[in-house]
This record gives sequence, C-alpha cells and structure tokens, in this order.
Amino acid sequence: MNVLHFINAFFSDGAHWHGYDGIPQRLLEHVRYTLLALALATAIGLPVGLVTGHTGRGGNALAFVANAARALPSFGLLVLVVLLIGFGLLPVMIPLVVLAVPPILVTTYEAVRSVDPSPVDAARGMGMRESRILLRVELPVALPLILSGLRSAAIQIVSTATIAAYVSLGGLGRYIVDGLYQRDYEKVVGGATLVAVLALLTLAVFWAAGRLAVSPGVRGR
Amino acid sequence: MIRIDSVTKRYPDGTVAVDRLSLDVPDRSITVLVGPSGCGKTTTLRMINRMVEPTEGTILLDGEDIRRRPVTDLRRSMGYVIQNAGLFPHRTIVDNIATVPRMLGWGRQRARKRAAELMERVGLDTSLAERYPYQLSGGQQQRVGVARALAADPPVLLMDEPFSAVDPVVRKGLQDELLRIQEELGKTIVFVTHDIDEAVKLGTMVAVLREGGRLAQYASPAELLSAPADGFVEDFLGADRGIRRLSFLSSAALELTTDAVVPADASAERIAASGARYLLVTDPDGRPLGWAEPGELIAGDIRTDRLLPHGRPFVPGADSLRVALDCAVLSPTGWAVAVDAGGRVTGVVSQQAIGEAIRAAHARGRTDQAGVAP
Repeated sequence: MNVLHFINAFFSDGAHWHGYDGIPQRLLEHVRYTLLALALATAIGLPVGLVTGHTGRGGNALAFVANAARALPSFGLLVLVVLLIGFGLLPVMIPLVVLAVPPILVTTYEAVRSVDPSPVDAARGMGMRESRILLRVELPVALPLILSGLRSAAIQIVSTATIAAYVSLGGLGRYIVDGLYQRDYEKVVGGATLVAVLALLTLAVFWAAGRLAVSPGVRGR
Repeated sequence: MIRIDSVTKRYPDGTVAVDRLSLDVPDRSITVLVGPSGCGKTTTLRMINRMVEPTEGTILLDGEDIRRRPVTDLRRSMGYVIQNAGLFPHRTIVDNIATVPRMLGWGRQRARKRAAELMERVGLDTSLAERYPYQLSGGQQQRVGVARALAADPPVLLMDEPFSAVDPVVRKGLQDELLRIQEELGKTIVFVTHDIDEAVKLGTMVAVLREGGRLAQYASPAELLSAPADGFVEDFLGADRGIRRLSFLSSAALELTTDAVVPADASAERIAASGARYLLVTDPDGRPLGWAEPGELIAGDIRTDRLLPHGRPFVPGADSLRVALDCAVLSPTGWAVAVDAGGRVTGVVSQQAIGEAIRAAHARGRTDQAGVAP
C-alpha cells in the first residue's frame, strides 16, 4: 500500500518531470552511463572472449581473472578509485566495467567453445581463413549465448550505475541517495522504480536484438 | 594424380597414426581408404588438404608438393565432405552450397544460380533452397554437404565417412547417387569409410589400412576379394567374400536352357516332351507366370493362379553372377529365370549350372567388371 502510494505521489508530482533533477534528465544520464560502461566492457570482453574461445587457449586464466573480478564489490571499488584519482566520470566507469566484463567475457568464451565442431571443421576444410571462420561461422552460431552474456552485463550495469550518485554524478541513483539523505522515501521508491523499469526495458531491447540478429536457422532449434 | 609418398604422422606423445604410407590415387576415380578405427584413414585424408601436417614424407598433387601452395588455395581446390555434413546452421541451404563460390569472389546471383543447379544434381528439390539445415533429414543434409563440396567444381573431392551417420536405406541411395554423379563429373575422389561393403561398392581402388596406420593391401575390389594379401585383409573382408566376389563376374556366359519354358497355351505333346522336373509357364508375350510340375499341367486348361511363384528374374549380361545365384537360391525350384530388358523370358538356369559357371570363371581368373553393377 505504502509503496504504491509513494510511487503514485512521486510520478504525479509535476516538479519531478522537468529541470536538471527531473525524471527525463536523470533517466538520460543513467542510460548514458549504462551505454558507455556496456560499450567499454564489450570492447574488452567480446574480442578477448571470441579469440580465446576460438583458439581454446587461456581458458583457465580467463576463469581466474573473471572470478577475481566478480569478487570485487563495486561500491568498495568506487570509493577506492575516487580516493586514488578523485571525482569524475572515470571513477564511476571503472567499477561498472569491472562488473560487466566477466559475464561478457566468460559467456562469449563458453559460447564459442560450445559451437558444434563439424561446421567449423567443414569451414576450415573448404579453405576459409581463421578470422572468417570466427566471424562468419562461430559468431553467428554462438550469438544467442553471447547476447545473453551481454544482457546480464547490461542489467547489472543498469542497477549498479546508481552508485554514480555517491560521487556527485547524476543518474537515477540521485533520487535514491538524495531521498535517503533527506528521509524522502517517496523519492527513494520512485528512483528504485525507475531503475527497475529501465532494467525491464533493457530486457526488451535484448529480446528485440535477438530477434533481429540471430539467424532463424540457429533460433529455430 | 595424388601421390602419397612414404608419409608418416607421429604425434608428440609418440602415437603413430600413419606409418610410411605410400599410395597413388589415380585421376577421375574413387579411391577408398578403409580399415578399423585407429588405422589412420581419416588422418591420411586430412593430410591431403593439410588439415593435418605429415611428420615425414610428401604428398604430391599433379607432381607438385602440396606444401608449396597457400593452404587456403589448396583447400578451395578440393571439395570436403564430412560425416555429419557440417552444414552452417545459420545459413540457408542455398547459401550453404554457395559458400566456396562466394569465397572465390563470385557474384551473389551467379553463386546462387550455381547452388540451385547443384541441388538438382545431387537429387534435392529446389523448394528446399531457403530452408535451414535443421529442417532437413540427415540424408538430405548429407546431399547438401556433397553439393557444397562440388560448388566450385574442384577437381578433387575428399570424403570422410560421409554416409556413416544415416540409416542403411538412405545410405544405399546416397551411394548410388555418388556413383551416378561420379559418372557425370569424373572427379578424383578419396573416400574414407570403415564399411568394407561400401568400399567394395564405391571404390575403383581400395586401400585397406591396419592399426598403426600401415597399408595392408591396395587393389581393385575384385582383386581384393579374390586375392586378399594376408589374414588381416581376409578377416576384414568378412566371411562371405566368395559370394561378394561374384558381384564382379558377369552372368553373360551362363548357359540358358529353354527346354523347361512353355507358353500357357502349350499343347500336351509340348508339355510331355520337355522332360524337365519343373516347367516355367509364360504368358503370350513371353513374360514369366510361374513354375509347375509337368504332371500338374493340363494342356488347354493351365490354371495360372495355382503356379509356384517364379521369383525375381535376372538379366544376363546386365546382372552379375551374384544376382543370378541369388535368384536361383530364392527360386522355389532352384532354377533362376533369365529375362531380356523387356522382361521376356530368354531361358532358365539351374544352381548347378551357375556353380559350374563360377568355377569356370575362377579357373579363367577372369574378372569381368565391365557393365556389371556390384
């Protein structure tokens, strides 16, 4: 009851819909942090996962690094980085990227490893170059799994990007941090609701991406 | 010609997969590598397109060491067919077949047109073109695999147990199709199998390998069946090699008799005159109706529905002695019925007569393979 009341009060307050602390502005900031962190994590995790998956070398080292990275608490890492290099966007990006790389990297590696070896053997036997085998055979077949890794990374970033507010940046975390500080629970619940909605939207985006990018021949089975 | 010259493959752990193997693969023929598992047949095949590099020895393609060509060029000049077809699951059938032409830089339209041609050549309905591999049966997938290997018209075709994952009926269809395609295209085919029957059926030449990757015998199927080099080859050929060898002997020389053949409207004198124990009754066109003992036949009133079945007839010359013998064994009277291409009876022959023909053929040492389908 209370929660629904808070949600209703938060979203029906016209003051929350414009200005630098308005919902559109905060949402936009949050999406920007998310996209930036996801892009950086993908730029690191995807190529490394693809190449290690293709060659089959470095799997153990990969699992070690990924597990170590998973063990790092994002908030603690944020505080540490801020102490080391000060405030700004970079200290926020570091924990988010550290959070997102392991699921992308490990899933991509596993996805490429688990591709049926016969088409790969056939491709090699007909004279396809290794890079082309990776990009034209293994990647399309492994794509559903790779997308699922990207999806869980994206969801984790969406929920964790709220920590940006602790170091005076924007995003939906602003409502939660400020609300807690001001004992304005309407704001806290409103911010949390927005984060949840954004996470659901992320799921929808990945579902649509899967429909568009994955071949019916792979999806169909 | 592909010349495999004392090639050895030794793995770092000391395992020898292929041991000083030498083999000449003639052009425009099917050379089968056959043997039990672990005999190095697949390793040998994979050394021809450099999927495996030999430890020692050389492989020459038309006199040139295959290591002198860029490996991708070499592989694109050889079609490659593997056991489970290895189709690309994310590509449609037509795009699967068009893969190598596209790699060679053909335009999309030309490659797809070629792919459609090949679908017909391997006996696939072109309505399957836009399907995905998972929508096809195992046999259809294997046909696509063969079409894909043929797409850029390579002179050489490497086939690694291509038909072993499909059921026997489909396998027979695929084998017949391969022989038909080979008749039309005349590729240099190296074919790996563990099935000696498949080897004998498809091979122009058969190389039997034994464990440890050593060559046990390299011969034509007829020679293999009539003169196995040693006990290993003999065991591998199986207990009925004598019977299977008959596949390579023509039935043309069988002496047929027409004494025991009577038309359905035969006179009493004609029936009495034959002296045979059984008579084959034919219809007015000369087609076989069935067998009967002379005493059961009443001239002018022959009951065709009471006759013994005549069994499957054979065509002398077109069928082998194996087929003729099979017809005689299956016949209720022990006599095989010979017909011409139109199905009209040309005579009958007894098991004894076939046995004599076999002995005569063995005595002549003649292996008349021409025109005889095993």
